[in-house]
Amino acid sequence: MKKIVLMGNPNVGKSVVFSRLTGANVIASNYPGTTVDFSKGKICLGKEGHEIIDAPGTYSLEPSNKAEEVALAMFGQADLVINVADATNLERNLYLTLQLLEQKKPVILALNMWDEARHTGILIDLKKLENQLHIPVVPTVALSGEGIFDLVHRLDEARSPEEIEPMNESNRWMKIGEIIGNVQQVTHRHHTLRDWISEASIRPLTGLPLALVMIFAALWVVRFIGETLIVYIFDPLFSLYTPIAMDISAWFGPGFLQVLFIGKLIDGRIDYIQSMGLLTTGIYVPFALVLPYIIAFYSVLAVFEDSGYLPRLATLTDTLFHRLGMHGFGIIPVFLGLGCNVPGIMAARSLETKKQRFIAATLIAISVPCMAKNAMVFGILGPYGTGYIILVFATLFIVFISSGLILNRLIQGDSPEICLEIPPYRKPDTVTVLKKTWMRIRSFLKEAIPFLFLGVVLINVFYAVGFVEWLGNIFAPVIQGWFGLPKEATTALLIGFLRKDLAVGMLLPLGMSPLQLVIATTLLTIYFPCVGTFAVMFRELGVRDMIKATAFMAGAAFMVGGVMRLVLLGI
Amino acid sequence: MNPMEQPVTSLETGTKAVILRLEGGHWFQNKMRSIGIREQKTIRLVAKHPFNGPVVVEVDGREMTIGRRMAGHIITGVPE
Repeated sequence: MKKIVLMGNPNVGKSVVFSRLTGANVIASNYPGTTVDFSKGKICLGKEGHEIIDAPGTYSLEPSNKAEEVALAMFGQADLVINVADATNLERNLYLTLQLLEQKKPVILALNMWDEARHTGILIDLKKLENQLHIPVVPTVALSGEGIFDLVHRLDEARSPEEIEPMNESNRWMKIGEIIGNVQQVTHRHHTLRDWISEASIRPLTGLPLALVMIFAALWVVRFIGETLIVYIFDPLFSLYTPIAMDISAWFGPGFLQVLFIGKLIDGRIDYIQSMGLLTTGIYVPFALVLPYIIAFYSVLAVFEDSGYLPRLATLTDTLFHRLGMHGFGIIPVFLGLGCNVPGIMAARSLETKKQRFIAATLIAISVPCMAKNAMVFGILGPYGTGYIILVFATLFIVFISSGLILNRLIQGDSPEICLEIPPYRKPDTVTVLKKTWMRIRSFLKEAIPFLFLGVVLINVFYAVGFVEWLGNIFAPVIQGWFGLPKEATTALLIGFLRKDLAVGMLLPLGMSPLQLVIATTLLTIYFPCVGTFAVMFRELGVRDMIKATAFMAGAAFMVGGVMRLVLLGI
Repeated sequence: MNPMEQPVTSLETGTKAVILRLEGGHWFQNKMRSIGIREQKTIRLVAKHPFNGPVVVEVDGREMTIGRRMAGHIITGVPE
């Protein structure tokens, strides 16, 4: 069994080629740095099975961030390399190609985005290119699957040419100049409407207002889709389910099983948020409250990702993010973190230094609420008025900015400037967007449901054994005395470690005022990450930095909660 | 510096020039070349962001966002 590794510059379509080759689905987008870790798959050639690895993109074999280090490590293990290059930008892509060839491993070159190259008037003579590089060259359009069959078919022709000797940087560029002169013809291209939009969206005067419009439009669309799905699909479905649940409840009869599966009946009826049974709250929260917003958020995110807008947004926010100890690319982890903190913190790997990655991860964990929790906040605070929801987000935004300003001063280390390629705008493909959204929904359901069930069971056990009362009394000085919340809210903070959405649901039966709910839901984001986020921070930052980040979060929660109480409750 | 030479950051937005040389450390020069910014290439300044923000440049039809300080090390001029 051979190890086949996909190597290439960022954003040339390696992940799409990987999906095509293996049939496995991995997330692909239109911005450099989508893949920060490797994915493994299997491919059969003849009778033999081989392992195929999708590596993060890199411009050269000298890594400049953690994602590129992963790429280099994968290259080290490779028995065969599929070098994926962007046909619209061959010259620059050949630099890595030559470096790969110098390492004496068998290489085959896939010239991806072949259709785009043709449309933009770039002509590449494939035969000549093969003769110059001494390796097979296959044109591909990974998005449509064109050329993938040829690529697989010719894999065994991959070779490490003896004709290419190790050389220094300037000789490499000379060689590339020679090759390009021989194989490529570029016809002059006129500026198009797309170029005009591209420039308008990246210049400060036009780009900033456009960015604000885009972000508000995105938020509006997410809420609109989410609410529509709840009102017209999920709530009606649960209305149909209620009589069944009531039958099950009657069948159990009063006792522990009824409490565990159906929960407390409120005025003799099931209350899907407050009952806290496995078959009531345990399925209502993930399916009817959170899932609609997960669907809404990830479809909108996919359109943003695939259009190529995110790197432009990164450019526009660079100046602000620089003050927070990162650079503009930091907006991409934040965006992903709004869906779920885990991929957000992973995406910080594309930042260059430890300081930048630490700040990005900490800021996401402390002040970027995930969509599961947001959905609950919409559901619970929404009825009191949008103003309360805005209050939560405005507070978190202030925490984000001020924590960034503080951490930038506190944390030692470099914060290099942005250096980011801006991909051309591309029209998001409907099938790709739907597929990607579906992958993310599936992983949400797979990860959320077990923890939600565990949470519901724990809540029932905690109440049954009197743990809620006991814990509440211990933390009463902080929760009641300092934050101005009922002491039972302590258990919600504890459950928040498992699932923040469930924790928000636990606040409802405590009879709090809307402003108390604002404080409690805000603190639920700040005080501590959930278990999944905690695990990924531990892995990405290490023990020491994890402890540092946690201490900062606890301190921030204490301060912010106190201030909010003073300002909002006035006592 | 020759009076005809200027860093790309001093260009007027929308104008083109030729990259004469890269200044700064070996690592930086290497990095710039690997993303396509190298000597003899025509570079166009697409946008300059205020408050010492980044600049957006275009080389070979590709746009790139680069921090102001880094971009200051890209020296352009009229080719001889």
